[in-house]
Amino acid sequence: MADDLKSVPEEDRTFTLNFGPQHPAAHGVLRMVMDLDGELVDRIDCHIGLLHRGTEKLLEYKTYLQGLPYFDRLHYSAPMNQEHAWCLAIEKLVGVEVPRRGSFIRVLYSELGRILEHLLNIGTFILDVGALTPITWAFEEREKLMGFYERASGSRLHAAYFRPGGVHQDLPQDLIDDIMTWCEEFPGILNTLENLITENRIFKQRNVDIGVVDEKTIMQYGFSGPMVRGSGLAWDLRRSQPYEIYSEIPSSVFPVIIGKNGDNYDRYVVRMEEMLVSCDIMKWCIENMPKGPVLAEGTKVSPPRRAEMKNSMEALIHHFKLYTEGFHVPEGEVYAAVEAPAGEFGVYLVSDGSNRPYRVKLRAPSFAHLQAMDHMCKGHQLADTSAILGSLDIVFGEVDR
Amino acid sequence: MTEQSEALTELGEHIADKMPDAVRKFEVRVGELTVYAERDQIVALIDFLKRDQMCMFEMMIDVCGVDYPERSQRFEIVYHLLSLRMNQRIRVKISTDEDTPVPSIVELHRGADWFEREAFDMYGVVFSGHPDMRRILTDYGFEGHPLRKDFPLTGFTEVRYDDLEKRIVHEPVQLTQEYRNFDFLSPWEGMTSQIPGDEKATTEEEGA
Repeated sequence: MADDLKSVPEEDRTFTLNFGPQHPAAHGVLRMVMDLDGELVDRIDCHIGLLHRGTEKLLEYKTYLQGLPYFDRLHYSAPMNQEHAWCLAIEKLVGVEVPRRGSFIRVLYSELGRILEHLLNIGTFILDVGALTPITWAFEEREKLMGFYERASGSRLHAAYFRPGGVHQDLPQDLIDDIMTWCEEFPGILNTLENLITENRIFKQRNVDIGVVDEKTIMQYGFSGPMVRGSGLAWDLRRSQPYEIYSEIPSSVFPVIIGKNGDNYDRYVVRMEEMLVSCDIMKWCIENMPKGPVLAEGTKVSPPRRAEMKNSMEALIHHFKLYTEGFHVPEGEVYAAVEAPAGEFGVYLVSDGSNRPYRVKLRAPSFAHLQAMDHMCKGHQLADTSAILGSLDIVFGEVDR
Repeated sequence: MTEQSEALTELGEHIADKMPDAVRKFEVRVGELTVYAERDQIVALIDFLKRDQMCMFEMMIDVCGVDYPERSQRFEIVYHLLSLRMNQRIRVKISTDEDTPVPSIVELHRGADWFEREAFDMYGVVFSGHPDMRRILTDYGFEGHPLRKDFPLTGFTEVRYDDLEKRIVHEPVQLTQEYRNFDFLSPWEGMTSQIPGDEKATTEEEGA
């Protein structure tokens, strides 16, 4: 056997390997055609689009409100963060102010979504490099968080809770109390998770100095989110281009977490720390949450109150028109971005003044990150590719749209 | 908001000043700067935006197409750039038609690779100088460009697994019910103060 290997000429050691689209480490439906030189990766050609559903085309045929639930189906592990970008884009064009309580609830649920996503990512990432336990612990917490999603919106995943002008329903006090209790318990659970992984020798061997991202790569490929912060750049849209009430949150509650080396391990640490920060932000939101309306009242984008509809003909007409024709968005174009868990999720909206968008472009962070797979994996071992892929935080709903 | 708009106007003037050949015009709307550029100058402009000390738009956020079938140059290619140093965003637009290729910016921003492939896939705009101009999101062997306005929402072919042939077959789309496109645009909202028929009276008057 060993003699056979020796007799193979050097150039014949290169071969092509097909990875996915149904590989458990492919995080969905990624197909990679890898050119290998022995066990070293020479080139990776990602074939994406296996989950392409034409969201952008569908959005052109739906009213603005009907289009909203499509955003839940993009990054399906943190649905509300995507809705948020859509709402911000519409609000920017229409010029609607979100009431303060609505803003607080949005931030509360955005951070909840961030924890949801980071838990999923860390769980599956660690699964990819060989640890089976953490994912079960992470998903237990995710289950509780989805319970909070359900209690606010009636749906565990596809919430459609953020609406242009605020959020759909107010939160009941006992739900807020339960979220607060969860926030107090969560750091302890995260700690047990951390005890298991962070100093684990195998985990470190698989991830330290693997998939290093430098500043040049970040700029060249348009990275965002933990991919940037893991490399020591303090760039967070919540801080640098704040939306909602993020600018009011004191930096003692919300520091920007940065890593140092930009490798897989640092990105993992950044995500772990970010979950703690998100937890603190949620607590801060609950403590400072004002009373008041959650949806901009008396505007054309929000439905009238039920009680009002019983007495006022205009309110009834408005309700009917809003849910059939939908509201009109003034002509123009806008780009709105949020710091989604994976990075910058942006919506480029072109409106022609009618009740349906003329063109929507969804800028997904995973799309930009996955693109760099070839660059990041070059020269690494085959086994490192799944670790790098795990640390990129890819969700195929938003890569393929 | 106004302060930011002023800064953006200043930036727009600076860009138009330094790159007079490339910039057709610029405008600041809803707090966002849009630069309308010449197609053949786009690489030079993106390069300038990347290097200039006042711009520093080092990060490419997005490249996408928009279709306006009624225009002679029906496609717009829209670039979104971000500067981490200046904490500023910019949008650059060029137009093209179905046949004219757009210079690729992959040399300047590696990340534009997939975005340009997507624009090609969705609109059929070819990027010249792109190293790997393949389809990206649609199926292997797909025909047509789905995001064009003249491409029907239901598409042309449907896919199913044929149990007899033991393979996937592509067939022309058959809808059991015609696709319904509700037009909720009310005639009342289009009302102007002018009563239909009035315009005849005025032209007659003017004619007389």
